[in-house]
Amino acid sequence: MSTVAQKRGFLAVLWDYLTTVDHKKIAILYLISGGFFFLVGGLEAMFIRIQLAVPDNDFVSAGLYNELLTMHGTTMIFLAAMPLLFAFMNAVVPLQIGARDVAFPFLNSLGFWLFFFGGVFLNLSWFMGGAPDAGWTSYASLSIASPGHGIDFYVLGLQISGAGTLIAGINFLVTIINMRAPGMTYMRMPLFTWSTFVASALILFAFPPLTVGLFLMLFDRMFGANFFNVSMGGNTIIWEHLFWIFGHPEVYILILPAFGIFSDIISTFSKKRLFGYAAMVFATVLIGFLGFMVWAHHMFTTGLGPTANAIFAVATMAIAVPTGVKIFNWLLTMWGGSIRFTTPMLYAVAFIPSFVAGGVTGVMLASAAADYQYHDSYFVVAHFHYVIIGGVVLGLLAGTHFYWPKMFGTMLNETLGKVTFWLFLIGFHGTFFVQHFLGLMGMPRRIWKYLPGQGLDLFNMISTIGAFFMAIAVLVLLYNIVITQVKNVRVGNDPWGDGRTLEWAIPSPPPYYNFKQLPLVRGLDPLWIEKMEGRTEMTPAEPLGDIHMPNNSFIPFVMSLGLFIAAFGAMYQIDWRESGGEEFVWSLPVLIIGMLITLGSMAVRSLKDDHGYHIHKEELMDDTDKGGKE
Amino acid sequence: MKNGLKKWRFLPLVAALAFILSGCGEPFLSTLQPAGEVAQKQFNLMMLSVAIMVLVIIVVAIVYVIAITKFRRSKLGEDFIPKQVEGSHRLEVIWTVIPIILLLILAVPTVALTFELGDTQGMEAVDEEGNREALVVDVRANLYWWEFSYPDQGIVTGQELVVPTDENVYFNVIASDVKHSFWIPAVGGKIDTNVDNMNTFYLSFDGEKAQDADNLFYGKCAELCGPSHALMDFKVKTLSPDEFDQWVASMQEAGEQEEPTFDDETVARGYEVYQEQSCIGCHAVSPTQQIGTSQGPNMTTFGERSYTAGILDNRESEEVMAENIKNWIRNSAELKPGNEMPVYNEDTLSDEDLDALTEYLMSLKVYSE
Repeated sequence: MSTVAQKRGFLAVLWDYLTTVDHKKIAILYLISGGFFFLVGGLEAMFIRIQLAVPDNDFVSAGLYNELLTMHGTTMIFLAAMPLLFAFMNAVVPLQIGARDVAFPFLNSLGFWLFFFGGVFLNLSWFMGGAPDAGWTSYASLSIASPGHGIDFYVLGLQISGAGTLIAGINFLVTIINMRAPGMTYMRMPLFTWSTFVASALILFAFPPLTVGLFLMLFDRMFGANFFNVSMGGNTIIWEHLFWIFGHPEVYILILPAFGIFSDIISTFSKKRLFGYAAMVFATVLIGFLGFMVWAHHMFTTGLGPTANAIFAVATMAIAVPTGVKIFNWLLTMWGGSIRFTTPMLYAVAFIPSFVAGGVTGVMLASAAADYQYHDSYFVVAHFHYVIIGGVVLGLLAGTHFYWPKMFGTMLNETLGKVTFWLFLIGFHGTFFVQHFLGLMGMPRRIWKYLPGQGLDLFNMISTIGAFFMAIAVLVLLYNIVITQVKNVRVGNDPWGDGRTLEWAIPSPPPYYNFKQLPLVRGLDPLWIEKMEGRTEMTPAEPLGDIHMPNNSFIPFVMSLGLFIAAFGAMYQIDWRESGGEEFVWSLPVLIIGMLITLGSMAVRSLKDDHGYHIHKEELMDDTDKGGKE
Repeated sequence: MKNGLKKWRFLPLVAALAFILSGCGEPFLSTLQPAGEVAQKQFNLMMLSVAIMVLVIIVVAIVYVIAITKFRRSKLGEDFIPKQVEGSHRLEVIWTVIPIILLLILAVPTVALTFELGDTQGMEAVDEEGNREALVVDVRANLYWWEFSYPDQGIVTGQELVVPTDENVYFNVIASDVKHSFWIPAVGGKIDTNVDNMNTFYLSFDGEKAQDADNLFYGKCAELCGPSHALMDFKVKTLSPDEFDQWVASMQEAGEQEEPTFDDETVARGYEVYQEQSCIGCHAVSPTQQIGTSQGPNMTTFGERSYTAGILDNRESEEVMAENIKNWIRNSAELKPGNEMPVYNEDTLSDEDLDALTEYLMSLKVYSE
């Protein structure tokens, strides 16, 4: 992205990014691919809203509509929101804790490429016979009955990208536990690091149930197992449990890092330490913990019985308490502060009421007996878009503006940023506020069309108009990104001027080794402490010395590519077997070749020692730290 | 909900909200115009939760507005360094304890109502002769149509559920292909029709409120089940208990009929077409046949249905109904994509035969004229 990179030629840059193990470059890869999938998922959402703009519409067909709603949900959760959060985690967390990279740079790269190939595989379904059409929840009876390969794309794609997510989660756990700079105790970590830590722990425990569920479905669909086949003694409710044991923590995996981003932004632009830091940390951990005890509130109407429903209702309500603690701590952080309304701060300020609205409808949904009415209606659609857009997406947009200078060394245009903000905020509330009422007025979710004369016409039209506002907002953001990178005005260490944490103590973007000397952390908001004592830089915690760096590697790419290839073989061997060995004869060889590529590259990685290299002290002394070294 | 509305301090707010929201939606569909005891209790619980949540929102909004207006840097100046407050134990305790209390106010009626609505023991109650006292309906959900059978009465109907008002009606629900969910929004919350097991719950239909809805409620499938999930509607016809007994009697009587006889020649021809085209294979015309096994909705009361296929409104006139039936038979694949009924075009079913078939189908009545 920088001028240095442009001079090196496109192929050299491409090769650099294909082989990089640098957390800052992997962050950019996550940002670009997550951003791309966000646009794809957004486009799918626009098709959905156009179809529902007027009653009895035939803009898209019934089957296509189900594919759109499935891919919209799956793409937004797995391929947009999570990777975009990983982008900021990668870009910022190592800097915030004063580390030179993540604990396992090679695995970091592997995690990205697995996600990327899984996502590409899933989206290829559009061009290869049809996308999955059983909803992002893919409930077993429907997904087993679904014809074609749509669900196979879902199962295999998510399995591959899920492995990447699990790897990334473990990597961040180890990084945060082991790589903190001298003096960076747990209770001095910025909230974004804390929430990354808790979200990573959730990934560690939540993704295995999904993996198990996907494997069961994979065997049912591809090898004729009967885990979910009721007539053969299977049970479809097991899928619901496995899915939601993953699926509920998943929403906290998304929202907690967003909370972290907002905590840092609010504290930064209020020029004030986060109010009730210890309570915020405790609330984050508690939300993560309780997040595993409430999955059955997605299944209140499944027929688990009043005892289970009552227990899960009360447990779900309990989550409102730590969430409320967070809301009030944010408010009290602003209270008595000196608030500057930059674009990131605008998002943070808008997030609070938006998320409160999503939170209170969450409590309403927790009320099991009343949920029998809300469940699977547009009320639920409104609720989760309020928490996911009002929480996660506003967090991502805030993070994009806030961390852009740290990632790319340029500032996004503030005026255009505010235009994006207002368009998006108005569009968001316009789209989803009325959907609460649509649900209560009897509109089920996931419906392809509604017939006239049911009193649903007006609010659906309003909702669609709102969606267009959001779409325009995203286009303005894209324009902003392009002109910012074209103008390429470089910024210094702390472009916002209010930076409090370690990432703002080093150049933007940071040099490839991040910290020439590891900083000495003397408290919460370490840079702020130094600023208050009249310094502009951190005090080093070590003398200048050699820095050990990992080598770039192409193996993660190849390893993921192997699984990508194998997935096609696994899928088309169904047709091969069904045709009695007549057609698709290439499928089994492709499966084997793909697995051999992956296993072979694993063997190469294991057998060939890669000790990395050292940057010598003398080189570091020559390096002036300005703009970083590519 | 015994104690929900006893929370007197919420009462004015609840009343105001209920008043505003009751303007929303149509009486035959909206959960905000509850037309039965279950829906009413759920509505009350909703309003209690809304009231508590509005309270929370008001408190947050006040703190929020003051914070973002009073503490702007443009007012305070660039050089102002705010006091770096660590936190406040007292405040933390306050905003932990008060929400817990508010949640308890909601949790107690929630748990109570969850158990109350989950209690289907009324199904088991029998009179002295061992006959079940309550009405039980077996609901079977199928790809885009519904079967409603009355096991104690030995009769079955499709697409249009008929129920008596002002008494508890118990439902056993199951799906025969993929998972669906049984929902009559105006009358009460939904329950999933699983493929694995039978679910049981009850509803009651308020006679007075039913009149606002012309004694016809809309039912929906609430679980994604395939392309035509959106069109898997059914209707609920409410009758007074006496009328319901008469309806059951006429259905049972219709079930005892042997070979039908026809005065009208066209209708007689239609009956022949019905046999020739094997309609009868999937659509029984007797209310006692193919219960729980049929491949398509039972047609015994087809001529009395307010909607054809659950989606085409017949109520305007006989002509409209005839058009709807013909439209459905010719274009069922477009009207409900993915449904399992074969399409009959001019080659397989001539226009004359279609007219006769329609006449015959419209003559299928047991209760009205």
